[in-house]
Amino acid sequence: MTTLTLSRALNEGLRKALENNPKALIMGEDVGKLGGVFRVTDGLQKDFGEARVIDTPLAESGIIGTAIGLALRGYRPICEIQFDGFVFPAFDQIVSQLAKMRYRSRGPVRLPVVVRIPFGGGIGAVEHHSESPEALFAHTPGLRVVSCGGPADGYAMIQQAAESDDPVIFFEPKRRYWDKADVDVETGLADALPLAAARVLIPGSDVTVLCYGPMVRTCSEAAVAASGDGRSVEVVDLRSLAPLDTATIFASVRKTGRCVVVHEAVVTGGIGAEIAARITEECFYSLEAPVLRVGAPTTPYPPSRLEEHYLPDLDRILDAVDRTFGY
Amino acid sequence: MAVKDAGRAARSASRVPPAREPERQVESPELIQLLTPEGERVEHPDYPLDVSAAEVRGLYRDLVIVRRIDFEAIALQRQGELGIWASLLGQEAAQVGSGRALGPRDMAFPTYREHGVAWCRGLDPMKLFELFRGVSHGGWDPTAHNFHLYTIVIGSQTLHATGYAMGIQRDGAVGEDGAAVIAYFGDGATSQGDVNEAFIWASVNNAPVVFFCQNNQWAISEPLERQTRTPLYRRAIGFGFPGIRVDGNDVLACLAVTRKAMQAAREGQGPTLIEAFTYRMGAHTTTDDPTRYRLSAELESWKLKDPIERVKQYLIRTQQAEMSFFDKVDAEAAQIGASVRTACQQMPDPEPLSMFDDVLTSQTRQLADERAEFAAYLDSFATAEEGR
Ligand SMILES: Cc1ncc(C[n+]2csc(CCOP(=O)(O)OP(=O)(O)O)c2C)c(N)n1
Ligand SMILES: [Mg+2]
Repeated sequence: MTTLTLSRALNEGLRKALENNPKALIMGEDVGKLGGVFRVTDGLQKDFGEARVIDTPLAESGIIGTAIGLALRGYRPICEIQFDGFVFPAFDQIVSQLAKMRYRSRGPVRLPVVVRIPFGGGIGAVEHHSESPEALFAHTPGLRVVSCGGPADGYAMIQQAAESDDPVIFFEPKRRYWDKADVDVETGLADALPLAAARVLIPGSDVTVLCYGPMVRTCSEAAVAASGDGRSVEVVDLRSLAPLDTATIFASVRKTGRCVVVHEAVVTGGIGAEIAARITEECFYSLEAPVLRVGAPTTPYPPSRLEEHYLPDLDRILDAVDRTFGY
Repeated sequence: MAVKDAGRAARSASRVPPAREPERQVESPELIQLLTPEGERVEHPDYPLDVSAAEVRGLYRDLVIVRRIDFEAIALQRQGELGIWASLLGQEAAQVGSGRALGPRDMAFPTYREHGVAWCRGLDPMKLFELFRGVSHGGWDPTAHNFHLYTIVIGSQTLHATGYAMGIQRDGAVGEDGAAVIAYFGDGATSQGDVNEAFIWASVNNAPVVFFCQNNQWAISEPLERQTRTPLYRRAIGFGFPGIRVDGNDVLACLAVTRKAMQAAREGQGPTLIEAFTYRMGAHTTTDDPTRYRLSAELESWKLKDPIERVKQYLIRTQQAEMSFFDKVDAEAAQIGASVRTACQQMPDPEPLSMFDDVLTSQTRQLADERAEFAAYLDSFATAEEGR
């Protein structure tokens, strides 16, 4: 076991991906000499060369469009979008091409492209640097959408994403980049949880809290706080947003009878809405309360001096947990 | 050890030559310059510039003040008063020269680094501080000073500028006392699709817009060679309008070249691309560490081309200013610096409920409910406090 920050764990995972497959490439803005603005690709260009770790021109549509071309030629690009708010120039390439080309070909085309996106708020940044656009991608058939909550998952999941023959949109919780945890970098990934599986992080019996990315830590803290009030919270880290691991989700909700979904993203039309609908359809008779959602209001991400009010925190999660007992 | 060897094998397996040898440089293009780094005035046949001593002194004052505001902002960021700051250090002349070439009816579309242009347009520097402090996303009325909101998404504003210019055409405001638009962007931005589309739109519509590219040689850690293999100003030819490279550290040249291009646009002669050749003397922003990717020798060589010093030398040499003038400007800059510092430190946080405002022109029922729910939630804390 080695103690690593999430940034470092992703870096080690990317290094493994480059070592394990000579076709793997890294491309993005400032990923080379600088090692990315969050240092996730630190040192990789030095060790693997400019042909495999590519500082691209400043054009996100170009990054994804050329990655698709490279993939058609047998390469496996791992792209970095510098910040969540800058994925939109690439949105057309992702939605209309990356997600649909296999379907268009009726099978023969595979596009093993990973799109890494640091996402979410809480870092005191200016506009476009704190967004949570994951639902837009989860809504798009033809993409796998995942998010890691901490270093151990970051290390494993980025390698699994690199090995996936499908496009993977890989959301990294940027405010957790400097969180540390033990990571097993010695043993391989044979026993690792599959990329599309959710993980029951903290078992509990009274209420299920579903979360992913930056909210995994917050919800874990909420579970600890709730246990002080005599409430047993089961925390499930969804990890995969498309597809959803509904088996794990339903099993937990059938056990607890209550569910709160937590994400930083806008609640309206979000991942939580999708999950709530599915739970209602499948677990209706097990429910003691409606599925509640904790997330952002239907406003753009506010200036950073307001983000503490915008983002779900311990209090808002506990408040929602309490409310599930009011029915 | 085994890990390292595997890495080496993977490395050699995919050795690909670089796209092009870096030595193959294009010939050095002409640079419009009216004031040498030593402060000597040179004439250019295409850019005769008639400026009074008072005007040059005014430009000098602008340069000193915008550098001072920038300096204060960096210090305030270090003290935690601002979240981040994008410094204009080294680019003062490009911004003041072009900014002072604009008339009141002209419209400017900035990036996030145009603090010098903002100054020339009369925007209160506190508006910029609000943005970088995290109090607002800008929060000014673009029509108040004909200075649009800062745009952070690289290149987007060049299309907005072009569309605005098309509006000017449709208003019949092109001609003798016409108006024009200036769009600011960086060297990195020239790679964006939006910027290239803006060039096309402006060209086919003959729109009254001037594209002002500050080529400060860097896009965060990426040097110019990652964006272009041809001098940027030459891109314009391919799109069908003229391109000019100007010494971006020469405030007089920037003024003259921008004046001419804006006048041409106002008169209906269509767009111009101006490449202001300059250098980003500081970090990309206060969170960046340029020692990771660039050599200090480059910085040192650009220090000799400082945009402010040459104006001072020129004013002294030609006896257009007394020593007391420089002292007066310094004192004024210090006073402005002190006042923006205090104003920034005293700037209150916005009201939490204000985040629900201005999403749409009228509050929707849904958002009103969300707002009320959040207000009740906030109140529950106040009630809990009182209950203690
Ligand atoms: C669409 C988009 N992609 C990425 C970024 C992140 N980013 C901010 S500034 C910058 C470099 C811009 O370089 P340049 O256009 O030369 O302007 P400069 O910062 O040098 O003034 C990048 C990549 C962004 N703001 N927008
Ligand atoms: Mg630049």
